[in-house]
Amino acid sequence: MTQADLIALDQVNKRYGELRVLRDVNLTVRRGEVVVIIGPSGAGKSTLCRAINRLETIDSGTITVDGTPLPAEGKALARLRAEVGMVFQSFNLFAHKTVLDNVVLGQVHVLKKPKDAAVRKARELLDRVGIGSQAAKFPAQLSGGQQQRVAIARALAMEPKVILFDEPTSALDPEMVNEVLEVMTSLARDGMTMVVVTHEMGFARRAADRVVFMADGEIVEQDTPGGFFGAPSSVRAQSFLAKILTH
Amino acid sequence: MEALLFERDTILAAFWMTVRLTAISALGSLALGTVLTAMRVAPLASLRGAASAYVSVARNTPLTLVLLFTGLGIGANLGVELSDDIATNNFWLAVIGLTAYTSAFVCEALRSGLNTVPVGQAEAARSLGLGFVKTLRLITLPQAFRAVVAPLGSILIALTKNTTIALVVGVSEASVRMREMIETYGDQVIEIFLGFAAGFVLLCLPMGLLFGWLSKRMAVAR
Repeated sequence: MTQADLIALDQVNKRYGELRVLRDVNLTVRRGEVVVIIGPSGAGKSTLCRAINRLETIDSGTITVDGTPLPAEGKALARLRAEVGMVFQSFNLFAHKTVLDNVVLGQVHVLKKPKDAAVRKARELLDRVGIGSQAAKFPAQLSGGQQQRVAIARALAMEPKVILFDEPTSALDPEMVNEVLEVMTSLARDGMTMVVVTHEMGFARRAADRVVFMADGEIVEQDTPGGFFGAPSSVRAQSFLAKILTH
Repeated sequence: MEALLFERDTILAAFWMTVRLTAISALGSLALGTVLTAMRVAPLASLRGAASAYVSVARNTPLTLVLLFTGLGIGANLGVELSDDIATNNFWLAVIGLTAYTSAFVCEALRSGLNTVPVGQAEAARSLGLGFVKTLRLITLPQAFRAVVAPLGSILIALTKNTTIALVVGVSEASVRMREMIETYGDQVIEIFLGFAAGFVLLCLPMGLLFGWLSKRMAVAR
């Protein structure tokens, strides 16, 4: 692992009973890099993504974030999670809090920022993702696309070193996918380190520095978007791309 | 009917005792029930075990036994004195017994409320760096409370009526006054009975309405 590496997974394994969901996974993510993980469902993409902030435990191997091995539990783990943002498929906005409070909460209770500074920052971020006018509403009053943009603002408010996106557009109606992808693309342009599990090949082509293709719990191949989509080297990647790109 | 009118003040004083017993035990049960709920979902197995053992015992023991235990066991036998004044002492012993019993039901209601909160809420909280206690306090328990406002109302109504059993530790609440009056005014038993029953209905009915209204108002939209 070099200085430039922010996340490093080394020989990571996980199984559910007989099923091996992650097999000897090795992956490094450099600072400022956008890594998009694609592959058929059941490939272990989400598990890999969730393992990076230990929402999933692993059976063997090591995961290092910014030079520190993932702590198993307690305060050290909470501190690390504060530095790793996460955006979920189902948004998971706090249902009993307003949009503004969703973005303020972590700043006040984890980063110990004064309330007024946290509110100022939250409003700034909500404006940035285009939800500024909805700050006083509750999550259930927003569309899926708006909720996901709030979730991105909530992650950004922690000033994380990296943001993990676990299929951020999979639960959205088609007409709302682009508004979320646009926010993500602009984050990528601004140099945010991102790990994105997605089925959006357009986003992968446009915003990724590197595409990682997974199948059956393994990383099968990884390359630049141009290299991967232009000339995938493995048979599994070729057949996956043939299935999704021919219609 | 004359008896009820004539004894108006003593009856109101007795019901005031019922209200005080209910209110203080309700607050105590809510606090202890919340702590028990937190223990039941704690990462430490010993905490989970202790809370679930407590709930099993308290929930499955008749309240009369619980109150006799606090009165005779804690009060008389162990000689715990909570006040020099005997009436005050008995009052607090009754509060302890009622709280110990009712908190088990509050815990069960809250735990079922926690189960209605989608797991993603806790995952999102943890991914922000909130620890176990803050995740419970800020995210999951507030939503659990809102989900079980109506059952908590039923528990409060049950508690109100259960305060009548405080007579076994010598607290002069409404039902004690009723028995005394029946002895004094033997010719008006039915009226006295109906009068006190109406008193309890008047206490409990608004609670039910209030909690029904609250549960609609506080429901979390998803």
